Amino acid sequence: MTTGPMTTGAVTTGPGTRPDTNDLRSMVNRLSASDVTLAYDQRVIAEQLSVEIPDHSFTVIVGPNACGKSTLLRALSRMLKPSRGQVLLDGQVIQTLPAKRVARTLGLLPQSAIAPDGITVGDLVGRGRYPHQGLLRQWSEQDERVVRESMAHTGVAELADRYVDELSGGQRQRVWIAMALAQQTPLLLLDEPTTYLDIQHQIDVLDLCAELHEQQGRTLVAVLHDLNHAARYATHLIALRDGRVVAEGAPKDVVTAELVEEVFGLRCQIIDDPETGTPLVVPAARTARARAARRLDTAAGAAAGASVTGAS
Amino acid sequence: MKTSRTTLRTRGGLSFRLDPRALTVVALLLLIALAASIALIGTGDFSIPPGDVLRTLLEGGDARQEFIVTELRLPRVLVGLLVGGSLGLAGALFQSISRNPLGSPDVLGLGQGSTAGALVVIVLFSGGATQVALGALVGGLVTGLAIYLLAWKQGVHGYRLVLVGIGVSAVVTAVNGYLLTKADIVDATRAVVWMTGSLNGRDWEQVRPLLALWAVLVPLVLGQSRALRVTEMGDDVAYALGVRVERVRLLLMVSAVLLTAGATAAAGPVGFVALTAPQLARRTILPRRRGSAGAAPLGPHLMTSMVMGATLLVVADWASQQLFGADQLPVGVVTGVLGGGYLLWLLVTERRAGRI
Repeated sequence: MTTGPMTTGAVTTGPGTRPDTNDLRSMVNRLSASDVTLAYDQRVIAEQLSVEIPDHSFTVIVGPNACGKSTLLRALSRMLKPSRGQVLLDGQVIQTLPAKRVARTLGLLPQSAIAPDGITVGDLVGRGRYPHQGLLRQWSEQDERVVRESMAHTGVAELADRYVDELSGGQRQRVWIAMALAQQTPLLLLDEPTTYLDIQHQIDVLDLCAELHEQQGRTLVAVLHDLNHAARYATHLIALRDGRVVAEGAPKDVVTAELVEEVFGLRCQIIDDPETGTPLVVPAARTARARAARRLDTAAGAAAGASVTGAS
Repeated sequence: MKTSRTTLRTRGGLSFRLDPRALTVVALLLLIALAASIALIGTGDFSIPPGDVLRTLLEGGDARQEFIVTELRLPRVLVGLLVGGSLGLAGALFQSISRNPLGSPDVLGLGQGSTAGALVVIVLFSGGATQVALGALVGGLVTGLAIYLLAWKQGVHGYRLVLVGIGVSAVVTAVNGYLLTKADIVDATRAVVWMTGSLNGRDWEQVRPLLALWAVLVPLVLGQSRALRVTEMGDDVAYALGVRVERVRLLLMVSAVLLTAGATAAAGPVGFVALTAPQLARRTILPRRRGSAGAAPLGPHLMTSMVMGATLLVVADWASQQLFGADQLPVGVVTGVLGGGYLLWLLVTERRAGRI
């Protein structure tokens, strides 16, 4: 596969050496959100949220249900226009850029992808070439080559002539990733790519993502549910709660027992993953958690009692 | 890699993708439409053999034949082709936008909206043919706008569009019923004839505006067919691939409403062509797959639906004239019977496939 990283500069900047000022930061990395307020109709999901996606990272966004992680991904991929603040791609407000140009820089695999009835794998992957095509350039040799390479890379080449609706969930997800790859974007956003897959296919998809990141130098941003998967595969982790960034950085620095309790409200131990050495979350046993909860209840009850007395 | 399309590439780096099966179907349909048109021009109180029709069209014939062919029957056939094509194209657009085979202008109430406009002119103002056509045009456009606004919530989506359309359709049908009860007997007869949808007595007055409409809308719509195809994978995927979904959808909906309203203004609400033509087009192009009876195959097939609609309408008109004699049975009755039967068949196969 000849697609390499298309970016220059910013290579030396890791999360550790990041300057502090906002405007400088957005000049450094290709994709960032600065001070965004995200809302559906009147329901505000996040306020004054700032996030930086380090170039060439495999960034994973984690957090409890309804913490705004998918919403943040939608904002980063210009599906959702922030009601305040802005998302910057290559230093420009993403909404002001031409749609097809953004689509050649930033790809998204949403959860809501619908495979049209009766489409073959080859045709579906081919649709990823849309932003590179036009009325007079509908199917170039390059389109054909990139589609073939994308399918080879995701291991679906031998399925090219099959109908998408005949495939298993794991195969189908690989096909969708192949479509996103055919888009040839240096940045690729994935919304819960492992949901509904069994454990073997989850690992399969994550391995594929890690390969794309390591071998092709693409910047990946994924929303994941499983904290252990996140800790294992991410090079950069962003933990969200109630629309705020609670912590971000390398998994080994971020994933601590205190953080897991703060973000997910779960008491746990963190041990080293025997396979990879990355942090592994082991939830506290039921009895231990129950005891802790009772302690908390008593404390809260006492506090509530105190405030009632104070008020009367 | 197997694909249904072949690719043409020029040395300058241009490339085009063509679907040979769709092109074959389009060519065959055009042949059928041409044959039906020639037969239709020859049919009537003064019948003319097909050879004479062709000669008159190409080289001119004797004065009487020339008058009958070019002044009376050719424009009528052209109106039929243009109306059928408009309805087929509009149906394909609406069905693709609503992602629903039932999302056609008939079901959404655009036909009823045009009828309301026409009835207002006929019953309240006793207007002439041109005013009736204008009324129908305005009625269709207003209904289309109302449906769009009522269905709009962060974009227009399939089921909401269909449900809102059915609601609007019910309201407008009630209004139409009320207008008919208010009409005196002469106006009411006129209104009912108009409401059936007919090509009788259509002339160059109807051809010209339809041609103008086509000159603008057909290239515009066909130019968006690739974007529309991508939109069928869901709004998020389409956005990610660089399609401005809401803009494309608005543009195509406005075009479809204009096509429907224009066609209805010219010939009255000819039923079920818009519903049937796109489905027939899809099923003719793609072979049925094992184990997926009734599945709606790939893509909006705009061109094929358009040609299918045109062919259906002239064939239906020819059939009605053969069976019942010249100008006896309005073409809307034939398309209604055919389309209704088709709709029932569609519902039965969908039920067998477990989709409804």
